[in-house]
Amino acid sequence: MMASSYNAKDEDGHHPGSVGSGGPGAVKSKKPDNTAFKQQRLPAWQPILTAGTVLPAFFMIGLIFIPIGIGLLVTSNNIKEFEVRAVAIATSYCVIRALCSYTAPRTKDFSNVFMYYGLSNFYQNHRRYVKSRDDSQLNGDKSSLLNPSKECEPYRTSDKKSIAPCGAIANSLFNDTLELFYIHPNGSRIAIHLVKTGIAWWTDKHVKFRNPGENNNNLSIVFQDTSKPVNWRKPVYELDPSDPDNNGFINEDFIVWMRTAALPTFRKLYRIIQKKKDNMTPTLPPGNYSLEVIYNYPVRSFDGRKRMILSTISWMGGKNPFLGIAYITVGSVCFFLGVVLLIIHHKYGNRNNNADIPN
Amino acid sequence: MTWTNPLTLLRHGWTRHWNPDRPVRTVVSNLPFEDLKKREQPNRRYEGNAIRTNKYRLWSFIPMNLFEQFHRMANIYFVGLAILNFVPVVNAFQPEVALIPICIILALTAVKDGWEDFRRYQTDQQLNNTPCFIFSRKQMCFVERRWKDVRVGDFVRVLSNEIIPADILLLHTSDPNGVCHMETANLDGETSLKQRKVVPGFSSLVRVLPITKYLERPDKRRTGFGIDSLLLRGCMVRNTDDAAGIVVYAGHETKSMLNNSGPRYKRSKIERKMNTDVLFCVVLLFFMCLIGALGHAIWLETFSSMPSYIVPDSNGNYTPSVLAGFYMFFTMIILLQVMIPVSLYVSIELVKMGQIFFITQDVELYDEELDRRVQCRALNITEDLGQIQYVFSDKTGTLTENKMVFRRCSVMGTEYCHEENAARLAVISGANEEEEVTIYQQTKLPPLFPLEELQDVHTGDKNHANTQVTAASRRRSKVAAEAQSDMAFSSPLETVVVPDRKLILEVDRQMASIQTGPYLDFFLALAICNTVLVSSVTAQRQRVRVNVADLAGAERVGDVLRALTHSTKTCGLGKVFTSMKFFKRGGETLADPFSIDEDESDGFHSSDVSDAAGQKVISSERKVKSGLSGSEEVCYEAHSPDEAALIHAAKAYGFTMMERTPHYVTVKLPDEALLKFEVLDILTFDSTRRRMSIIVRHPHTKEIIMYTKGADSAIMERLGNVFSGDKIKCVEQWCGWKAVCFSLKVISEQEFRAWSAVRQEALSAIEEKEERLMETANFIESSFTLLGATGIEDRLQESVPETIQALRRAGMQVWVLTGDKPETAINIAYSCKLLEHEDLVFTFSTSRKVLQCQLTNASVPEQSLISFTGPLMEPSIGLVIDGPTLSMAMSDELVELFVELCKHCRAVLCCRVTPLQKSAVVKLIRQKLRVMTLAVGDGANDVNMIQAADVGIGVSGQEGMQAVMASDFAITRFKHLQRLLLVHGHWCYSRLANMVIYFFYKNVAYVNLLFWYQFFCGFSATAMIDYWLMIFFNLFFTSAPPIMFGIMEKEVSDSTLLSLPELYKRGQHSEGYRRSTFWIAILDAFYQSLVCFFIPYWTYNGSDIGIFAFGTPMNTVSLFTIILHLAIEIKSWVSLYTPLHHCTITPVLVYFIVTLAYSAICISCNPPSDPYWIMHKQMADPMFYLVCILTTVVALLPSYYNKFILCVCIYIYIYIYIYIYIYMTLEHKSSLKSLGYICSNSQKYIVWVKIIDFSFMPKIIRILSKDHVP
Repeated sequence: MMASSYNAKDEDGHHPGSVGSGGPGAVKSKKPDNTAFKQQRLPAWQPILTAGTVLPAFFMIGLIFIPIGIGLLVTSNNIKEFEVRAVAIATSYCVIRALCSYTAPRTKDFSNVFMYYGLSNFYQNHRRYVKSRDDSQLNGDKSSLLNPSKECEPYRTSDKKSIAPCGAIANSLFNDTLELFYIHPNGSRIAIHLVKTGIAWWTDKHVKFRNPGENNNNLSIVFQDTSKPVNWRKPVYELDPSDPDNNGFINEDFIVWMRTAALPTFRKLYRIIQKKKDNMTPTLPPGNYSLEVIYNYPVRSFDGRKRMILSTISWMGGKNPFLGIAYITVGSVCFFLGVVLLIIHHKYGNRNNNADIPN
Repeated sequence: MTWTNPLTLLRHGWTRHWNPDRPVRTVVSNLPFEDLKKREQPNRRYEGNAIRTNKYRLWSFIPMNLFEQFHRMANIYFVGLAILNFVPVVNAFQPEVALIPICIILALTAVKDGWEDFRRYQTDQQLNNTPCFIFSRKQMCFVERRWKDVRVGDFVRVLSNEIIPADILLLHTSDPNGVCHMETANLDGETSLKQRKVVPGFSSLVRVLPITKYLERPDKRRTGFGIDSLLLRGCMVRNTDDAAGIVVYAGHETKSMLNNSGPRYKRSKIERKMNTDVLFCVVLLFFMCLIGALGHAIWLETFSSMPSYIVPDSNGNYTPSVLAGFYMFFTMIILLQVMIPVSLYVSIELVKMGQIFFITQDVELYDEELDRRVQCRALNITEDLGQIQYVFSDKTGTLTENKMVFRRCSVMGTEYCHEENAARLAVISGANEEEEVTIYQQTKLPPLFPLEELQDVHTGDKNHANTQVTAASRRRSKVAAEAQSDMAFSSPLETVVVPDRKLILEVDRQMASIQTGPYLDFFLALAICNTVLVSSVTAQRQRVRVNVADLAGAERVGDVLRALTHSTKTCGLGKVFTSMKFFKRGGETLADPFSIDEDESDGFHSSDVSDAAGQKVISSERKVKSGLSGSEEVCYEAHSPDEAALIHAAKAYGFTMMERTPHYVTVKLPDEALLKFEVLDILTFDSTRRRMSIIVRHPHTKEIIMYTKGADSAIMERLGNVFSGDKIKCVEQWCGWKAVCFSLKVISEQEFRAWSAVRQEALSAIEEKEERLMETANFIESSFTLLGATGIEDRLQESVPETIQALRRAGMQVWVLTGDKPETAINIAYSCKLLEHEDLVFTFSTSRKVLQCQLTNASVPEQSLISFTGPLMEPSIGLVIDGPTLSMAMSDELVELFVELCKHCRAVLCCRVTPLQKSAVVKLIRQKLRVMTLAVGDGANDVNMIQAADVGIGVSGQEGMQAVMASDFAITRFKHLQRLLLVHGHWCYSRLANMVIYFFYKNVAYVNLLFWYQFFCGFSATAMIDYWLMIFFNLFFTSAPPIMFGIMEKEVSDSTLLSLPELYKRGQHSEGYRRSTFWIAILDAFYQSLVCFFIPYWTYNGSDIGIFAFGTPMNTVSLFTIILHLAIEIKSWVSLYTPLHHCTITPVLVYFIVTLAYSAICISCNPPSDPYWIMHKQMADPMFYLVCILTTVVALLPSYYNKFILCVCIYIYIYIYIYIYIYMTLEHKSSLKSLGYICSNSQKYIVWVKIIDFSFMPKIIRILSKDHVP
C-alpha cells in the first residue's frame, strides 16, 4: 500500500542515536527481553513493619538480653580484683629505688591471679607516639636494625649509632619493678613467685617480635653496633639476662609495652601469680601483703597515676560490670516498649483489623 | 556537547594559518595527482573521511582522562588532601596509602569513560571500514575502497540504497533528468525523499562523454552550488540506480558530523540539592577540625613539661602548642576526609547507568510498531522524571497521531460530508482500542463548548447511533484484530477514502460537459499542489516485504469482515445502515462531535465496507476500483502526513498524480486522460506564510495557473473576492479538524514574466536571500480565488485521556501548547479530557489591552471559588489563550498576574503559539514558579520548548527526529509518559534520594567514630582502625550495597504506582530528599556513631586493650550498623538470588574474610598500624560478640522503632490528607466505608481514606480493579 512510507520506515534499520552508523541489513528487533530481572519483576519479599512483626521483635530482644546481662553481671562480680592506687607514690615522689610498701587486704581465689600495672593520663595513643616504632626492626630485620625507619625520629640514632629498639614507644618503656610479699602472721615476709613469661600474646612473642641473628645466642654481639634508647638504663640485650628466651626484643615486658594502649588510662599485664598445684590452697591466701615498688618511671610531668592491680580473670576478661548492666537496661527498655506498643495496638489498632473485604 | 580534544584544536589553529577561513572552499580533483606523495596532494589540508568520535587515543587516554576528571571539584579536593598528606607536619597516614582512595575513584571513572569511548571507537571502525567505490585513474574504473580512504577531491560512486560516505557534489546520475533522490532518515529522521540535481552544466555533458574523461579534468570549482546538488553523508540513495560526484567535505567536516551532538548533560535537581548538602558537610568538617585543632592546642597547654609520650621533632624540639594546633587542623581534615562523600559522585553515575538500563529495558515502553524502545539521551537526570510538576505538551503528533485522515471537503460553498468515508472510519475504529476507551466513549457527554453552538436537536439521536456503531464495530474488530495483529496498520486509514456520492456526481458532470470548472480545479489543486514524490518500484526494494504483508493483511481482514457481515447481517449490518442514514442527516447539520474522539484504528478495505453496507453506487465503484488499481502502481513519498491524506483523497476521485519531475507533473484524470503540466515554479511551504503554491502551465489552455494551498487563515486573508460568508463559516465550524484551503489564481504571461525576473534575482541573491524570496512569494500570492477547503482530522493517540488524567491525579499541571487555532485545540482538549465539561473555561483571545481587566476579573471569581469549595476540591478552571494574547500576557506589567492566574488553573491551553513562545512559556513558568517542568513534543517546532524545560521528551513520530535529537528522553507514544513518569520517575527518584541520603549517613557515621576517639587521644588525629581496613571499608564492604539499592530498590510496585498516581506527589514535593531528611540522617549518623564508639569504650575502658584491638569491634559494629540500617531502609527484599540481596549479606562475610586474612598476613607490612593477629584474638573473645550484638541493637533501635512508628503514623496522620479519587460507583464506596477506610466523603467521589493497617494498598486496588473489569 502506498502510505507505507509512513510506517515502514523503521523496518529498514533506523539507528537512533548515532547518525549514519551501521550499514544496511541490520534488521533485528529491539524488543527488550521479557525476563523477570530486566523487567524488575523478580519475586520480592516486602517486609512491612506492622505491630504483628515489630512487637515480637521487641519482646524477643528483651527476653534474650536480660538473661545475658544478668549472666555478665554475675560473672563480672565473681571476678576478684584488687587495686592499689599509687597515689602516695606520686605525691610523695618516691626517689629512685625507694621502697614503698603497702598492706594488701585478703584475696581468696584458687585460679591464677594476674598482676597488672596501671597508668593513667598516659597517652600511649598519641598519633606521633603510636607511629614511632619500626616493626621490621623488631621483627629481627638486620638492615632495619642498623638503619631504622624514619618514623622513629627523633629516637632513631644516638651517638651516630642506630637505636635498638628505636622510637618513642620503646624509649618510654615502663621500668618500675614491682614485687609482692606475703606478710606471714609471724611477721616474716615471704616473696611471692611472680611469673614473667606468658604475659604477651603468643603470636607477638613468636612471630612478630624476633631478635636479629636468630642463631647467635650472644645478643651483645648482635646488638653491638646499636645504642640503647636514651631513657633506658641498660641496653636491650640486658632486659632479662637470666632467661635468653625473654631477652632482647622478645622480652615480654617489652612486647606488652609495645602493644600501645587504646585509651589514656590503661593497665598492662605485668606478672602472673600461678595457682597452687594442689588446688586446695588459694593462690593468694588471706593475709597482709606488702608491695614493693622500685620506682623508676616518672609520671609527674603528665599528672599521671600509677596503679597495681591484682585480678583474676574469667571468660569475659577483667572485671567490668558495664556490659552486664547495659544488656539488662537495653533488654528492659525493649520489653517496656513492647508492652507499651502492645497496649497501643490493642487499644487503637484493633478496630480496623476485624473487618475483611468480602470478595 | 561536541567534545574537541586539545590536539584537534591545535591542529585547527595550525591549518587555519595555512588555509584562511574563507567562506569559499576550493576543491581540486585528486585524479591528476594520484601518484604524488601525500604531502604534495592539493587537497591535503582537508580532513580525510575517517571519523573519530572517541575522545581518547591509547597513548593519551590516561593524561587526557585525568585532565578531564580534574575538572570536578570533588576530585581536586581529594587530590589536594592526598598532597597535603605528603607534608610531614600535617600528615595523618602513610602518604602513599592516602593516595589509594582517590586513585581507585579516578581509576573507576577512567574505566567507565574508557569503556564508553571504546564503544564509540568500535562504531567508528565499523563505519570507517564500510566499503565504497572510488574512481582510480590507474585502473580507469571505480574500485572498492573503504570509507576511511575517501578524501576530498575523490570521485565516488554510490549505488541505489547505499549510504553516502561523505558530502558529495553530485555530478552524474543514472537518471535521465539528472536528479538523484536521497533519504535523510539517518540525518533528521524524515523518511521523505529529497531530490538532488546534478550540478548544472554537467548533466548533459556526462551522457555524451565517457565518464572517465571529464572526471580527469582538473576540477577547480567552488562549492557555492548550494544544497541542491549536495549528497549528504549518512543519507541513503534511493530511486536512482547510481550516482557519482566529487567529494567536497569529508569526515568531521560533513554536515552529519557537524550536526551530530552527543548526549546532553544536565544537572538534576537532586544533584543541585546534594551539592549544597556537600557544602554542609564541608562546614561540619570544618567545625570538627576546628574542635580538633583547639582541643589539641589546649591539651598541649595543660602540660608543664613535656611527657615522654609527646614526641619531639627530629631535632628534639617541641612545636609550640598554638602551631601544633594549627597543624592539627589540616591533619584532622585528612583524617576525617571521608566526611565529604567523594565516592558519592561515582556511585551516582553508576546508579544512573543502572537506572537507565532498566528504563530502556522496560518492555512496556517498547513500541512494536516502530521497533523502538524508550531512549535515554540525557544520562543523568533520570530522577528528575520523578519530580515533574508541570507538563507542557505539544498537540499535533504528541497528543494526536499526526496521521491525517481526510474527513470532508467544501467546494464552491457546498459542503460534502463524506458520510461513507466517515462510516468506514467509524467501522474500523476501535479495532485497536482498549475496552476502556470504548466505555469512555459511550458515556461521554456531548461537548459543551462555549464558543460554538454545536448542540442541536439531533444530538441525542446522533450519539445513540454512534454508540451503536461503535459497539458493532468493536465486536467485529475483535475478530479482525486477531487476524491482522502482525500487519502494519494505519495505512488504509490514511490512504483509502470513500468518495462522497454527491461530489462524485458533480465531478462526473463537469468532466463530461466542460472539462473544466471549479470542481476539477479543486481536485487538480489537490493532486498537484504539493511536494509529494511518486516513487518507482526500485525505491521500494527494501520495503517489499512490508508491503506484501500489508496487502495480505488487508485482504485477510477483508475476508474476515465479509464473512462476518454475512453471518450477522441482521444486527451488524443494520447498525451500519442506521448510521449511514444518520450521517446523511448529520451532513446537513454540523460536524458530529463524536467522530472526533475516534481513536487509532485499523484498516479495512474500503470496498468491503461499501459492499457490506449496500450503499454501493455504480460510479463510486468505478472510482474506487480505479483508485485501487492505481494504488498498486504508484507509491507516494510525502513530506507531511496531510499532504499524503490530500493526495490520496484526490486519487479517490480519480485525479491521480502519476509522475513528478522537476519540470513536469502528470495527472491522470478520471477519464484516464493524462494531463502533463509544466511546472514553472514552486513556492515551498514555510511556517510564516503557512501556505505553498505551485505555478504551472495548463497543457491545453496554456494558461499560467497558480494553485495555492494553506491554512484557512493564510488563504482567507489574501482572497481576491470573497465568495460568500457561508464558506468561511463552514470552515470555521470544522473545529475539530485541520482545515486546508485551496485557491487558484490565473496569472497573465506578462505578469508572470515580470515576477519571474524578480524571483530569479532573489534566488541568486547572496544577501538577505530569505527575505527577498519571501517578499516575492508574498507578492504573487495574493488575490486568490477560493476553490474549496478540505477538513483533515488528526486522530487522538491511544490512551491519551487516561494518561492526562493519570498525570493530573499525580499532581502535575498539564498544559497544551499548539500552533493550531483555538477551536481545533479546544476540541482536542475536551476529547483528551484536558478540559472537562463541567470546567469553567476562560478564553482569552483579544488583541486589545482589555486583557488586563480580564485577568484581574478572572482572578476574582476564582479566588472566591477556591474559598467556596475549600481546599478539598480543586478548582476546575481551564484557561484558553492564544498566541498574540499570550505575548501580551507575558509582557512585564501583566506577567505576574498571568502566572498567578495560571497557578489556579487546572488546565491551560495555548493556541497559535510560535516555537519561541512555547519555550518562553516554559521558561516563564519554570522561573516564576520555581517548578520542575517537562516538555513533550514531536516536531521541529517543539525543539525550543524541549530544550527550555528541565526534562525534554521527544516523541519519535511522523515529523522527523529533530525533537528526539534535542530531547532527554525519547518515547514513541504519549501514553508511555504515564509509565515513564509515574513508575520509572518515581522509582528513580526514590532510589536515588534514598541512596544519596544513605551515603551521607554512612560516611558521617563512620567518620564520627574517629572523631569521638580524638577526645581520648589528645586530639592527635590517631585512627584506632587500621588505615587499610578503613579504605576497604569504604571501597569494598559498604559501597556495593547502596549502589545496588539505588538501582534495584522497589519502594512500591509498578502496579500500585500506576493505579495510585497520587503517590507521585511525594517526588514532586521532594519528600524523598529534603533538607530535614538530610539533617535527620546526619543526626542519626551522629547517634549511631556515638553508640558505636561509647559502648565499646565503656566496655574496654581501663582494660589492657591495644589501640587496634579497640578499633576492631568498632569497625565491625559500624559495618553491622551501616549494613543493617540499609536493610531497614530496603523495602523489597528481592529473592535470594539477586544482587541486592547478596550485597547486604556478603559484605559482612567479605569483611570477616578480608580482615582475618589481612591481620594474619600483615606482620609488619604497613608500618604505623599494627593489625597482626588482632582480628583472630578478638574473634576468639566472647566479649567481642557481646559488644557487637549490644551495640548494633542499641544503634539501630531508634531507627527501627522510628520506622515502625513512622509507618503507622504515615497512615494515621499523613495519608488522611492524601485523598484518593476513586471514580467508581456508590456500592464500592460503601464497601470501603464499611471497612472504615472512608471517614467522610464529598460529592465529587473524592474519597478520604484512612488507613491504619498496612495491607490497605492491595485491598483498595482489588476493589478498584473490580470496578475496572465489568
